[in-house]
Amino acid sequence: MNTAHYKTWDEFTEGIWRQNPVFVMVLGMCPVLAVSVSAVNALSMGLATLFVLVCSCGLVSLLRRMVPKEVRIAVYIVIIATFVTAVDYAIQAISLALYDALGAFIQLIVVNCIILGRAEAHASKNPPLPAMLNAAGMGIGFAIGLFALGAVREVLGAGTLFGITLFGAGFQPWVIMVLPPGGFFVLGAWLLFFSWLERRKLRRAAPPMEAGQHV
Amino acid sequence: MSEPSSTDKKVIPIAVAAPEAAPPESPTGAMIRTLGLVSAICGLIIVGAYQGTYDAVAANKRIATERAVFKVLPKAKSIAEFLAQPGGGILKVGAGETAIPAGSVKFFAAYDESGKLAGIAAEGVGKGYADNVRIMFGYQPDCQCVVGIGVVSMRETPGIGDKIITDKEFLANFTALDVKLKADLSALANEVKAVKRGSKTNAWQIDAIAGATITSRAVGKAINDSAQALLPRLVPKLDTLATKS
Ligand SMILES: Cc1cc2nc3c(=O)[nH]c(=O)nc-3n(C[C@H](O)[C@H](O)[C@H](O)COP(=O)(O)O)c2cc1C
Repeated sequence: MNTAHYKTWDEFTEGIWRQNPVFVMVLGMCPVLAVSVSAVNALSMGLATLFVLVCSCGLVSLLRRMVPKEVRIAVYIVIIATFVTAVDYAIQAISLALYDALGAFIQLIVVNCIILGRAEAHASKNPPLPAMLNAAGMGIGFAIGLFALGAVREVLGAGTLFGITLFGAGFQPWVIMVLPPGGFFVLGAWLLFFSWLERRKLRRAAPPMEAGQHV
Repeated sequence: MSEPSSTDKKVIPIAVAAPEAAPPESPTGAMIRTLGLVSAICGLIIVGAYQGTYDAVAANKRIATERAVFKVLPKAKSIAEFLAQPGGGILKVGAGETAIPAGSVKFFAAYDESGKLAGIAAEGVGKGYADNVRIMFGYQPDCQCVVGIGVVSMRETPGIGDKIITDKEFLANFTALDVKLKADLSALANEVKAVKRGSKTNAWQIDAIAGATITSRAVGKAINDSAQALLPRLVPKLDTLATKS
């Protein structure tokens, strides 16, 4: 029982840290770079993707035994597109300003490779609960990645966080950070940071090299 | 010619039936049934989402329009939507109608709390630096002038083009921007136009923001084009809009 629990938990945390879609797998970069100009936009996009991921993986997993393999991709796309449409309406109902800010990137969640990838690689082979947990982990990891970019870009590029001014009037915003090049700068900086963490961990973990022990 | 018999018709059925062939194809019926079922489920979900959010979306759109109108006409308390038709007629738009017939110009009549006309608001579009700049402007019949602008949507560069909503000196252009018609009411008397900062000499010119001339010009063009299309039809009929109907 314990190992089963452990496995489920592990599948959940996989997407958040070990296989983080933004910082480790570097997937779905198009929305990541485009909508991460502010913390609110980034977080909303992350949550929208999370919702689509969890719902589509749940439904794909429920239907997994009856979907003939020849038509599985078509089925996944229809399911994903359905939940994207639902999210599209939901965001319009919540805030039109947000809807305008996210623009076409909501509809483009349909072709986000993270979602199709999860459906094919995980949800189609696992029962609904683990499938949804794994999808939730990936979605949360994606949202965290987006937020990490969005927050830094908003603070540097506009001097605000969630629209709240952080610095005095003397602060001159670093506008390039909210322009497209800023997306690449901040993403690069985060990737550097995580690879530095990774190396440090490896260095610490590796014993002073006795045999060919380390993997 | 490694398999000379492969073209022999009698051999083909045997080859297909051989146990080591690829996994069997799913029956066509199963595929169609699955696709049909999935489409039905998805259709239900979409219809549910659409109906569940319909009221909230419509309310949001109405509030967004009202806010944009109230911003350019601060005295307004309620609005009504109209179409100025090509023949010169004015048509009231009912709630929920969104399609605009070709050639018609949409505008809003704003009324104060006593039901008197507080001004007219209309949208205009001009090509900016990055994309179209959509603005809403308020028109005051008494002075025949534009009394305020607000941005409906734009993708101009933050810190450069988006100064059109923050730059006080630029916004001062729109306290009484002249959009008078010619005496025969056929067209604007003067073209509304953005000019280089500091060279504004007439009441129908807009002092551009230095460094954001392109966005400033887009605003000028948006007002000019929209006023040019709307005002010749609207001004002769203004008395029909004078009080809230
Ligand atoms: C990256 C970049 C972004 C720009 N964004 C805008 C903009 O949003 N709006 C604008 O009017 N000009 C923008 N410009 C400047 C225009 O190219 C042009 O130089 C300016 O509008 C001319 O104004 P001026 O005649 O007052 O110098 C941008 C320039 C660069 C290099």
